[in-house]
Amino acid sequence: MGDIVVNPEAEALQGQIGAMAFTLATSVPGIYSAAVENGELVVRTNRETFLPLMTFLRDDSAYRFEQLMDLCGVDFPARAERFDVVYNLLSVSYNRRIRVIITTDEVTPVPSVHQLWPVATWWERECYDMFGVLFSGQPDMRRILTDDGFEHFPLRKDFPLTGYEEVRYDIETRQVVKEPVSLTQDFRDFDFVSPWEGMLTLPGDEKAHEVRQGMKRARG
Amino acid sequence: MTEHNKTDGLAPGDVLVKNDIPEMLISDTAAKTAELRTIEFDSHKLNFGPQHPSAHGVLRLILDMDGELVRRADPHIGLLHRGTEKLIEYKTYQKALPYFDRLDYASPMCEEQAFALATEKLLGIEAPDRAKWLRVIFAEITRVLNHILNITAMGLDCGAVTPALWGYEEREKLLEFYEAASGARFHANYFRPGGVARDIPQELEDRIGNWTQEFPAWIDELEGLLTENRIWKQRTVGIGIFTSEQALAWGFSGPCLRASGVPWDLRRSQPYDNYHKVSFKVPVTRQGDCYDRYLVRIQEMRESVKIIEQGLAQMKAGPVKIQDPKFAPPPRAEMKRSMEALIHHFKLYSEGYHVPPGATYTAVESPKGEFGVYLVADGSNRPYRCKIRPTGFAHLQALDELSRRSMLADMVAVLGSLDLVFGEVDR
Repeated sequence: MGDIVVNPEAEALQGQIGAMAFTLATSVPGIYSAAVENGELVVRTNRETFLPLMTFLRDDSAYRFEQLMDLCGVDFPARAERFDVVYNLLSVSYNRRIRVIITTDEVTPVPSVHQLWPVATWWERECYDMFGVLFSGQPDMRRILTDDGFEHFPLRKDFPLTGYEEVRYDIETRQVVKEPVSLTQDFRDFDFVSPWEGMLTLPGDEKAHEVRQGMKRARG
Repeated sequence: MTEHNKTDGLAPGDVLVKNDIPEMLISDTAAKTAELRTIEFDSHKLNFGPQHPSAHGVLRLILDMDGELVRRADPHIGLLHRGTEKLIEYKTYQKALPYFDRLDYASPMCEEQAFALATEKLLGIEAPDRAKWLRVIFAEITRVLNHILNITAMGLDCGAVTPALWGYEEREKLLEFYEAASGARFHANYFRPGGVARDIPQELEDRIGNWTQEFPAWIDELEGLLTENRIWKQRTVGIGIFTSEQALAWGFSGPCLRASGVPWDLRRSQPYDNYHKVSFKVPVTRQGDCYDRYLVRIQEMRESVKIIEQGLAQMKAGPVKIQDPKFAPPPRAEMKRSMEALIHHFKLYSEGYHVPPGATYTAVESPKGEFGVYLVADGSNRPYRCKIRPTGFAHLQALDELSRRSMLADMVAVLGSLDLVFGEVDR
C-alpha cells in the first residue's frame, strides 16, 4: 500500500458542509432531508417547494449557488414516482457543491429552472429526451440528442440496450428505411450473482433445497 | 423554409428554387407520387454544417440572418450520439472506462480521470502516490495536447494555416508519450480505478523532462505567429464577449469562464489526485472575448509545463495501482505461480468488482472545463446510472447568446474559441 496522503483542505470542507446540511434541514422550509452522502451535500425536496428553494439557494447571500453544473434523470422503475431528477449546483463564491433531488413520474411535470439558470434549457431538453420527464414552464421542449422521428425514451430501464428499430439505406427505394432490430446473436446479459454469496438455490437443485429447508418432507 | 404552391408575391429577400434534381436521382416511388412543387426558401436562414470544416465535427447550425448579421443561432446536435450512458449501464466498471476516451477524443485521459475518481470514491479506495503523480503528469500532457489542437484549429478557422502545421508536429511528440505509457495514441485506457494501467519506464520520464525544457520555446514561436498578429487580433478582439455574470449563468467552466474574469479552477479550488502538491498560476483575463480565451489557453500551456516538471521532480518509485487484488489485477508473473492470483485475475476480468450502493458527482478540470461524472451504484458490478456532464454542451448552448448580432464570419471565431468536440457534446 502506498502512503495515503489526505488533502489538507478536505477535512475543513467536510465540517462546513456538515454544518450546512444541518442548517438546511432545520431552517429552510420544503426540504425533507439534507444529508452528507459520500462527502457530498444532498438535499431532497418535493415539486411544490422546489422552485422557491432553488431561487433561495441561488440568491441567498449565505449560499450563492451561481452555477447549475448538471441536471439529469435517474430511473427507478419499481417506485411509484419512478424518476429522480438530480440538480448539481456549484457555488463559485464559496467553493461548495450541493445536489438537489426531486422525484416525479411519467406524467407529472417538474418546474423548469431555466429562468434561474439559462443553461437549464438544454439539460432539461436532454432529460426529456432520455427519460420523458416533463418540465413545466419550459418553452423549448424539443428532443435534442436522439434521431429525427425517434419515439422512445432510451435511458429508461425498460428500454432495451439494442433498441427497437435500426436504420439502413435502402438502394431500391433510395431512402433511409427503419426496420425492427434483428440480431444474428441474441444480446448476452449475464447476471453475476455468485452461487456462493447470493444464490441459495442452484439451478436444478430446487427439490433438494426445499427438503433441506424443511419446506417439504423428503419422500421415504 | 416555407412551402406553398403559389409563385407570385415573393418577398424581396426570397429566392425561388426550382426542382433541379436529375430524374435518375429521384426514387421511383417519389417520382410517381410527388407533384412538381415550388419551394420557397427564406434566404435569411443559413445552414452551417454538419459538414462544414470549421464546425469542428458534426454540428448543424441553423442561422437566422439579418443581412450579414446573425439574428439567432440554433444549434442542432446529436448527430454523434452513440448512447454512451446507456452502454455503460450494461458494462462492468472496468469495461465502462474505455468509453470515456471516446467522448472527448482531443483530451482522452482527463475524461478517464473523472470516471476513475468517481469509482474510487464509491469504492472508498485511493490510488498510490506514484499513480496520482502519473495521473497529474498525463492529465497536463493531455491539457497541452488539447490546447494545441484548439488554438491551432481556431487559427485555421480564422485563416492562419501555419500554426496548425506546426502544432501537429508538436502534438505528435506528446502522442508518443501516450503511446509509450499506454500503448495507444488516443484511446489510452490508462487511468483505472485504483491507479494507472502500468508504470512508465525511467527513459520515458527523461524524455518528458527533456520535452518540458524545449516546449516553452515552441509556445513563444506560436505566440509570435498569433498573439500580436494584426489579422488575428482583428478577428478575435472584442468578438463573442461574455461577462462573468453571463458566463456563470450559462454554466461556463474552464478557460471560457476564466477568460470572463472568474478565477475558478477545480485543480486549485477542489484539488484531486496530487494537484494540491504543485504550485501553479491560474490565468484569468477580464474581457471575455475570443482573444482572451486564446490568451488563457496559451498561459495554461505554460503552467501545465511547470506542473509536469514539478510532478517529475516529486514522483518517487513505488506501486502504480492499489495493492488489492480485488480491484487491480495481480502481476502476470505471480499468476504463473499462484492459483489465488489466477482466480483473482479471472474474477476481475469476468465479474469485476461490486461497488457499494451510493451516488457521487465527481468533477475534474478537463482542458475544456468542468467534466463531471454523476455515478449511481446499486451494489452490483455495473453502474446503475452514469451521467456524463460534458463541458461543451453548456458552451454550445450559449452560442446563440454569444453570437447575437455578430457578423457571420465571427461565428467561426466564436465557435473555435469555445473549444467544442462533438464526441463529448453528443455522447
